[in-house]
Amino acid sequence: MPAGEKIKICQQCGTCTGSCPTSSMMDYGPREVIAAFRAGMIDKVVKSNTIWLCTSCYSCTVRCPAGIKITDLMYELKRLGIKYDLLPKDTRNPAMTRYFIDNVLKYGRNHEVGLMARFMLAKDWSMPFNFAGLGIKLFTSGRLPLLPKQIRGKEEIAKMTAYLDAQEAKLQ
Amino acid sequence: MRYLYYPGCSAESTGMAYDISTRALMEKLGVELVELDDWNCCGATSYFSVRELDSFAIAARNLAIAQQQGDEDLCVICNACYTTLAKTNRYMADSPHVREQVQGALKAVGRRYDGTKPVRHIMDVLVNDVGLEAISEKVARRLTGIKVAPYYGCQYSRPIGSFDDTEDPQTMDRFFEALGADVLTDFPAKLKCCGGMMMLTNATGAVRLCHEILKSAEDLGADVIVAACPLCEMNLEGYQPNVNKAYGTHFHIPVMYFTQLAGLALGIDPKQLAIDKQVVSCAPVLAAIPA
Amino acid sequence: MAQEKIGVYVCHCGTNIAGKVDVEEVTRWAAEQPNVAVARNYKYMCSDPGQDLIKQDIKEHGITRAVVAACSPTMHEPTFRKAAADGGLNPYLLQMANIREHCSWVTVDGEAATAKAKRILGAQIHRLPLNEPLDPIEVPVNPNVMVVGGGIAGIEAALKLAQAGKKVYLVERDPSIGGHMAMFDKTFPTLDCAACILTPKMSAAGKEPHIEMLAYSEVTEVEGYVGNFKVKVRKKARYVDIDTCTGCGLCTEACVVRKVPNEFDRGLSKRAAAYIPFPQAVPLRATIDPTRCLTLTGKKCKQPCLTACGPGAIDFDQKDEEIEVEVGAIIVATGFELWDPTPEKRYSYGKLDNVLSSLEFERISNASGPTGGHILCKNGEPPKAVAILHCVGSRDENYQEFCSRVCCMYSLKFAHLIKEHLPECEVYECYIDMRTYGKGYEEFYKRLMNEDVHFIRGRAAEVTDVGLSPTEEGRLVVKVEDTLLGITRRLPVDMVILSSGLAPRSDAKETAQTFGFGCSANGFYLERHPKLEPVSTVTDGIFIAGCCQYPKDIPDTVAQAGAAAAGALALVDNPTVNVEPTISYIDPEKCSGCHICVGLCPHAAIQYNEEKGVAEVITAACKGCGVCVAACASGVPQQRGYLDEQIFAEIEGALAV
Repeated sequence: MPAGEKIKICQQCGTCTGSCPTSSMMDYGPREVIAAFRAGMIDKVVKSNTIWLCTSCYSCTVRCPAGIKITDLMYELKRLGIKYDLLPKDTRNPAMTRYFIDNVLKYGRNHEVGLMARFMLAKDWSMPFNFAGLGIKLFTSGRLPLLPKQIRGKEEIAKMTAYLDAQEAKLQ
Repeated sequence: MRYLYYPGCSAESTGMAYDISTRALMEKLGVELVELDDWNCCGATSYFSVRELDSFAIAARNLAIAQQQGDEDLCVICNACYTTLAKTNRYMADSPHVREQVQGALKAVGRRYDGTKPVRHIMDVLVNDVGLEAISEKVARRLTGIKVAPYYGCQYSRPIGSFDDTEDPQTMDRFFEALGADVLTDFPAKLKCCGGMMMLTNATGAVRLCHEILKSAEDLGADVIVAACPLCEMNLEGYQPNVNKAYGTHFHIPVMYFTQLAGLALGIDPKQLAIDKQVVSCAPVLAAIPA
Repeated sequence: MAQEKIGVYVCHCGTNIAGKVDVEEVTRWAAEQPNVAVARNYKYMCSDPGQDLIKQDIKEHGITRAVVAACSPTMHEPTFRKAAADGGLNPYLLQMANIREHCSWVTVDGEAATAKAKRILGAQIHRLPLNEPLDPIEVPVNPNVMVVGGGIAGIEAALKLAQAGKKVYLVERDPSIGGHMAMFDKTFPTLDCAACILTPKMSAAGKEPHIEMLAYSEVTEVEGYVGNFKVKVRKKARYVDIDTCTGCGLCTEACVVRKVPNEFDRGLSKRAAAYIPFPQAVPLRATIDPTRCLTLTGKKCKQPCLTACGPGAIDFDQKDEEIEVEVGAIIVATGFELWDPTPEKRYSYGKLDNVLSSLEFERISNASGPTGGHILCKNGEPPKAVAILHCVGSRDENYQEFCSRVCCMYSLKFAHLIKEHLPECEVYECYIDMRTYGKGYEEFYKRLMNEDVHFIRGRAAEVTDVGLSPTEEGRLVVKVEDTLLGITRRLPVDMVILSSGLAPRSDAKETAQTFGFGCSANGFYLERHPKLEPVSTVTDGIFIAGCCQYPKDIPDTVAQAGAAAAGALALVDNPTVNVEPTISYIDPEKCSGCHICVGLCPHAAIQYNEEKGVAEVITAACKGCGVCVAACASGVPQQRGYLDEQIFAEIEGALAV
C-alpha cells in the first residue's frame, strides 16, 4: 500500500472516526482499526463489520493530520478479509463485491440489473419487496435494461488480472 | 472544443439520463464529446477490495485507450469514475511500484500508458474551460427564483481536490448562479455521504444518511436537489419513500442531474434531457422556471 | 613544506563517532600519512584533557600543524583553535575534519563510515601544509543596540540594556508597543492580569531616557558587520506630530470615519480613522490611518479633527521618513501571528457566528474589549455551553506539523474564565494530548478538572449548525470522537473557540533575509545552536528572542529576552571585537580593473580605486562569502584560509584515499 507506513505516526486523535458518516454503525471506528493494526490484532478488525461499512467517502483521508490514507487502508483490510476468508457473518458487502467483479470480468462493464438480481437471489429475498416501488418505476422509465452491454476487449480484463496474479506469485 | 468522453456503466442503466442530458447540454454549448472507444468499467470502489493493482490496471486500460485515441482531455461525468481514474494517474505518478505493475499488465494485453492523460470532471470542464460567462450568455430561461440545493457528493472533490475544495466545494454553486438560480450556497449537507453502495447491503444505515441530506435540503426550502453522480442521484431520489417510512417524513423533493437542470436553462427540450426518467416528478420545477 | 609536522586527533565523541567509525583504524591509517608526526584518538577531544593533548604535542613533539577529526567546525572549531593558540601555534594552522555530522551520523554501515572518515580526514591532512598563519582583525564596537519588535520580548530586552546604560533604539511596526500580550486579559497559570504586569514595563520603556522609541517604523535595510551595523529605518507618516500630540483623543472623537475594523480587538469592534490603538498605548499618540482617512484617500472631508486638535498636531502633509542608525548589536524580536483558522473549513470559522479564534476570545473576555469583559454570543446572550477545540492547524501535516506549546494552557485559562464569569455554563475541552509542562501548569490543569470542565480526548471532526434534535436546533454542534469512550459525540454549544497554533509572521522569511540569517523548516527564525546558542544567529552581533524563534509562553519569552540582552551586552560592552581574518584580498598587480566583483559583492566591501585602476577589498566590511573569488574571470581575488591551492589540495587528499 503506497504510504502505508504512515499509520506509525497516528496520534489516535479520532478525527477519522468523528468525520466518518457510518462510524456509529461500526464495531470499531477507523481510529480503533489503526490501533488494532498497530497492536497486531488485525484479525479482530478484519472480522468486524467496520471495513464493510466504509462507503469510500474519503472524509477521514482528507482530514487526517498524519496524512494516513485511511480509505486505502480499509480497502487493504477488505482484501485481507476476502483473501483469508475472514468475513463477518452478517455483512453482505463481500458478496456484492464478488458479484460486481464477476460482472466486469464477464462483460467488461458492470450490468446493474444483473448485479442487483444476483444479489437479491443470493442474499436478500426481502429486498425486492422493500424496493419494489422503485424497481417498477426504474424499469418502466427504461432505466433498468435487462441485457448487459459487452465490450470487445473484455478478455483483456482477465488477462491483466492474470498477469498481476503471476507477478504477485513471483514476489512471494 | 473537443473532449474524449467516458460515460461509465451507470450511463447505460440507472444513470442514463445523466448521459443523455450531458450529451444534449454539451452539444448546445458547442462542445464536442467523442465517446471513448470500447471503454470498460473503471472498477469503482469494489475493485479496490480485491487487489489495488487490479483496480489501477483496469482503470488504466481506459486511460491507455484515451491516450491512443486523441490528444483531448478525458471528460468524466460520474464522481466515482472520475476519482478512480484520476487516482490511478496520481498513484502511478507517486509510486514507482504501481506504475511498473500497471504498465506491465497493460503490456500483457498490448497496450501502453505513460500515466499522463488528464482526467477531467465535467463540472471542471464547464466552469474552467467553457467558462461561466459563456454559459450565462447562452441562457434561454434563467432559473430565477428556483431554489437549488447543490449536492456534490463525496468523490466530487475528495480525496484529490484538484479542481475544487475537499471541504467546501464551490463550482456547482457558481455554475447555477451563472444560470440565474437561487442557489442555496450554505447547503450544509452538500458533501455528506449518501450511503453509496451501502443502499443495497445495509439499507438502514444508508437510509439514515439520505434522511440527513433530504432534511437539510427541505429545511432550506429547496425546490430541487442537483447531483453530479449517478449513485448519489439514485439514492437521494429513489429512496425517498424508504426514508419517509423509516422517519415518518413526507419528502417528495425533485432530484435532477445538474446537466438536466442546466439544459432546461439553456432552453433544451425536457424530452432531450430525459427528464421523464426521474422517479420523483420534476413537473413543479419545470413549471416554476420562468419562460 | 616537507618538514611540516602534523598532529592528528581523532575524537570518539563517546559513541557518537566511535559507535560507527573504527577510530583505532583511522588513527593507525593517519599515522602513516605524509607529514603526520603524531596520530592519536581520544574519547572526548573537546574536554580539557583532550585539548591538552594538542598543547602537549606542540610543546613536546614540535607539532607545526594539527587536524581534529571530530564534529562540525561550527560546533568546536573555536575550541580547538583556542587550544592551538594556547599551545603556541597560530590558530589558523589547525583544521577540523567533520566525521560526525558528515559521516558517523549519516552512514548506516560501519565499514563504509570508516572509509569515509579516512577520506574526510585525508583531505585536511593534505591541505594543512598549505595553510598560512593568519591574525584576527580587530575592529571597534559601536556601544548602541537596536531592538526590533516591541512586544514583551523586545520591551524586556530594551529595558535590560538601558539599565546597563546602553543606548537602545526600539523599533515597532505598529503605532504602539505592547504586542500580543497587550491584548490578553489574564495570563496562565497564575491568572495575573496581563495589563497589570505589562503596562508598567511599557510605560517604563516609554520614559527610559536611554531608549529611543521608533514606533510605527520598520527596518528596511541592514548593512555592516558585528559591532558596526548601519540600519535604515522607515518612520511611517502618522500624520500627527508626535511631539505636539498630547494623546487626548479629541481627534478620534471628531473623526467622521468610524467603521474601521479595530485591529486591537481583532475586528470585533470598530475604530475611527484617527485613532489611538488602546488606552494604555505607548507612545500615547494618535495616528491617522492613511488607507481610511477621507482626506488622505483623496475624498472630501470637513476635517473636524483639525478643529478638534487643540495643539494643532495634525499634519496631512507629513511624509514617510528614512533615517539611518548605527549600532553594535541588533536583537530581533518580531513575534508571531496567530494561525488563521480559515483554511480549516470544517470548523466553519468566518462562516458561522460564534465560532471564534483564540485571540478573538481573548478580547471578548477582556474588560477593555468589545463586550466590556462580558462573555457574550453575537446575539448578546451569554452562552450556555462552550467548546474549546485544541490543536487547530497544529500537529497536522496539512498545516503546521509542530506543537505550539501554549495552546493547551491558554485553552485551560479560557475554560477557567468562562467558569468564573458564567458558573452555569458547560465547558468542553476537545484535546488530543494535554500538554501542561511548565511550572504550576499541571496544578492548573487539576484545578480546572475540579471546576467541572468536561475534558474530551479527541480532536474535533467538524462544527456545524445543522441540528438533528431539539437540543441542537439553532445552536452550534461539535462532532468529535470521545476516544476514551470510543463514541462519536455531538456537543450542542453556543460558542466554539478555536485554539489555533502560533505561526511565523507571514513576512518572516524576508525579515530574516534583511538581517542576514535563516529560517527553520517550520518558518521560525533559525538560532545558531538549538541548545547552547538559542538566542544567537549565524550573523555575529545579531540576536533573536521570543516567539519569532519558536512558540513559547510569557515566562520563556522574558527569559530569552534577558539572554539576548546579555548576549548583546557582552558584545557592545567591549571597545573592540575580533573578526575572522578569512576574508578576500585582491592582488593589485594582477587585477585588470574590470569591475565585475565590485557590483557582485553583497556587502559593498569592494571599491574601485580610480587612481590605481584596480578593485580593493575593504577589510572591515568583507564577510568572506567568496562571491568575488568565484566571479573573477582571471581568478584574482583570493580568500584567506580558502585559497585555490588549499581547496584543490583538499580535493586531491579526499580522492587519494
